[in-house]
Amino acid sequence: MAMNNQGRDSTPHSVSVTGEVVTFTGNKALQQEEALIFELDNPGAVGVDLPEPVTTKTRLGGLSPRVGVGLPQLAEPDVVRHYTRLSQKNFAIDTTMYPLGSCTMKHNPRLNEKMARLPGFSDIHPMQPVETVQGALELIDQLAHWLKTLTGMPAVAMSPGAGAHGELCGLMAIHAALDARGESHRRRVLVPESAHGTNPATAAFCGFTVDTIPAEENGRVSVEAVKAKLGDDVACIMLTNPNTCGLFEPQIREIADAVHAAGGYFYCDGANYNAIVGRVRPADLGVDAMHINLHKTFSTPHGGGGPGSGPVVLSDALAPFAPLPFVVHGKDGFDLIEHTKDAGKAQPFGRLKGFHGQMGMFVRALAYILSHGADGLRQVSSDAVLNANYILASLKDVMSASFEGPCMHEALFDDRFLKGTGVTPLDFAKAMIDEGYHPMTMYFPLVVHGALLIEPTETESKRTLDQFIGTMRHLAEKAKAGDLAHFQAAPRLTPRKRLDETQAARKPVLRWVKPALVIPAAQAAE
Amino acid sequence: MRYLPLTDADRSSMLATIGVDSVDALFRDVPDHARLPGKIASLPDHKGELEVERHLSRLAAKNVTASSVPFFVGAGAYKHHVPASVDQILLRGEFLTSYTPYQPEVTQGTLQYLFEFQTQVALLTGMDVANASMYDGATGTAEAVLMAARVNKRNKVILSGGLHPHYREVVETTCGVMGMDIRAQAPDWKNAEDLAALLDAETACVVVQTPSLFGHLRDFTALCDAAHAKGVMVIVVVTEVVSLGLLPSPGSMGADIVVCEGQSIGNGLNFGGPYVGLFATRDKYVRQMPGRLCGQTVDADGKRGFVLTLSTREQHIRREKATSNICTNSGLCALAFTIHLSLLGEQGLVSLARINHANAVTLADKLSTVKGVSVVNDGFFNEFTVKLPKKAAKVASKLAAKDILAGVPVSRLYPDVEGLDDLLLIAATEINSVEDMDALVRGLEEVL
Repeated sequence: MAMNNQGRDSTPHSVSVTGEVVTFTGNKALQQEEALIFELDNPGAVGVDLPEPVTTKTRLGGLSPRVGVGLPQLAEPDVVRHYTRLSQKNFAIDTTMYPLGSCTMKHNPRLNEKMARLPGFSDIHPMQPVETVQGALELIDQLAHWLKTLTGMPAVAMSPGAGAHGELCGLMAIHAALDARGESHRRRVLVPESAHGTNPATAAFCGFTVDTIPAEENGRVSVEAVKAKLGDDVACIMLTNPNTCGLFEPQIREIADAVHAAGGYFYCDGANYNAIVGRVRPADLGVDAMHINLHKTFSTPHGGGGPGSGPVVLSDALAPFAPLPFVVHGKDGFDLIEHTKDAGKAQPFGRLKGFHGQMGMFVRALAYILSHGADGLRQVSSDAVLNANYILASLKDVMSASFEGPCMHEALFDDRFLKGTGVTPLDFAKAMIDEGYHPMTMYFPLVVHGALLIEPTETESKRTLDQFIGTMRHLAEKAKAGDLAHFQAAPRLTPRKRLDETQAARKPVLRWVKPALVIPAAQAAE
Repeated sequence: MRYLPLTDADRSSMLATIGVDSVDALFRDVPDHARLPGKIASLPDHKGELEVERHLSRLAAKNVTASSVPFFVGAGAYKHHVPASVDQILLRGEFLTSYTPYQPEVTQGTLQYLFEFQTQVALLTGMDVANASMYDGATGTAEAVLMAARVNKRNKVILSGGLHPHYREVVETTCGVMGMDIRAQAPDWKNAEDLAALLDAETACVVVQTPSLFGHLRDFTALCDAAHAKGVMVIVVVTEVVSLGLLPSPGSMGADIVVCEGQSIGNGLNFGGPYVGLFATRDKYVRQMPGRLCGQTVDADGKRGFVLTLSTREQHIRREKATSNICTNSGLCALAFTIHLSLLGEQGLVSLARINHANAVTLADKLSTVKGVSVVNDGFFNEFTVKLPKKAAKVASKLAAKDILAGVPVSRLYPDVEGLDDLLLIAATEINSVEDMDALVRGLEEVL
């Protein structure tokens, strides 16, 4: 037995971390069990102190006031503790590398948060007179200038609320442009099979039919495959570049030219713009429209699933159809065009959002852009691509890389290296969780079997990458050594083990319901 | 550069591992003509925190903030006091910098608050189920119309003249491209429209708003009954969600889908976004809903836990057959909503709603004393319409010059409709003191 210099036993005697520890409370030190807020109801407690109304007089036009909503009562300390405890059940970029392919989980600078909270941005109303919001309009104009210059495109629509909303904006602009050309019969949209699910969903949402282009053996789309699908009913192609396999499409210019020659437009899914920002301008690739996920490339936080922001850069051909509202330089400063009648020669296709767009995200994105500058943004894509290639090069001997490198900002592996082990990509991902990593994207893209898509981003250090690589090698070797049980039982160290998704879908429980008063059977029988 | 951890030594050693001599070699698939040789020269280089902060603070300082003046602007976005603890919790990195909860074992925090959010929305709206949020109220309304058409396979849509015109435009844009037949009614500033008379066997849905754009209140029970008798779905829109603490729930009136702008609870004005769309419906329609849903289940040990569920409706599974293309939603705004509503609780929400109403009643009474000014509404919640003896846009502009933000001129929303130039929408919330109200009254007396 080891002793310290006071003669006290210094051997840790607690149960091994993988053993089940049962405590009286169900808590495990930092892992706190937390009930639903509704189950914490403390009738009589209040979480806000409000004054009495200035009058009891009502003018409800004949309606009777509502009786009861059913919300619980809690004092502020209990609310703060509840949500803080919940937060501790999440992985996040702040706590761990989060190499979720296609999602660009990079560091979210806190300066951006501070700037977005300046009252001059956060405490202004979208319908204030424009003369009282000149700084806000100027900020939108400055961000638009950066986005246009970085992409080489002449126009940008700022209002879309997320990437998929940006796709909708781009396809609606294409729809409107085709109608204006008198070519409303063009209703077929070409979508590679490797595309994000939002691409075909958006095309269908706009009333287009989707025609799938098969991927080549090398993970790319070939100009021949595109040409084989072209015709005078084609509205556009939706192509992600770099694509979802993490590869730059080498024939992209030829594809764009072929689509243009056939009278169609080129929509580029800009979800992977982080790989090329500052190094390649989409305009030089023949793009007509491309959304930019500000919550990916320009680091506005993902927030557990939003809010995002998806401005769409547009070519000269599509620019006149950009949606309302938009900012213009007026004679007395900046002006906001909210109606078609004020839009001059433009022919806006309509309105996509309640107000002017995700201002809170614009502020964060501009803070990020100004912090990096032209030199830093070029370094962003360089380092993002370098990090991904470093992972690819360091793992391709133990994991099966789907395509020959170099890759762009993400490294794609498939499940061939797990063949015969019984370990599935899902098991492998869950074992990563126990090691302290959020898994990579699994089973996407669909063009390889059992995809494992790793996007490290530029904000991971070499030390972090080396530890990650070491972990992945360890797990790959463990799988090959036949330790199936280790993977199938993972994760063991999380607040919850694997969850039953089948039951969740078969008998959906989508809200809390106050438990009925249960009368014991013996009593009920009396 | 402070956000980029790689050093030049790291880069060299990593390139050696990869087996190339420069980063440029990694970009070999980019066509030569599209490679920028260096940084874009017309854009400035990187800046330190202090410089960025100065730059943005200068822009922020050019705007007049709602808290700095007597402020009565509403029309779909409302200034409320948000407790300090809401934003402090939002800033926790575990919430702020997490992704969509695709790995439930390490996102129970996000999933549980989404489950709580869905429950709160269902309770507030008086409906069975709610989703995990939409971008905002306007996009949620367009999604509701598309959902109604999926349910009853009909194509005609009736939009009330009390619906916010921006919502109408988003519906026209989004559903119009799908070929739906959209019948928008004339602005109903007198609260006189009869929608039941317009419903027929081709009508998919009718969309109403309460309180209406003009602040009017209505009991939609009879409309819901008439609609259901013809197989028409009723979509009720609420742009001021605090009103649900005082007014009967849309569910209790018979609504089939309820869409709200949730900004008022937990979220600042933010010049129009990000906001949070609330979306609720009846159990029987749940598989036709757009957007993410969080559901309860058990883990391998039988313990309660939460997952995203019914995803066979969604784009990442169903692709072109999905109920919507929505992916990213308004997760963090939903969290803000949930925390604020938890702080308010039953009693706080009802009190807040009553304070809002009392302030609006008080302001309406005060404005009625101004010569030439009349309040149009019979009933209202915290916003109403006044008729002025002059053009409302000019009056609002003159008051803005006196540092009073008086409200939204109806002509800004309906520039093409005659006869609305003298109408001004005025909102009063808990932030408005009696002194603010008196300042507005004095201001109006001066400019009229």
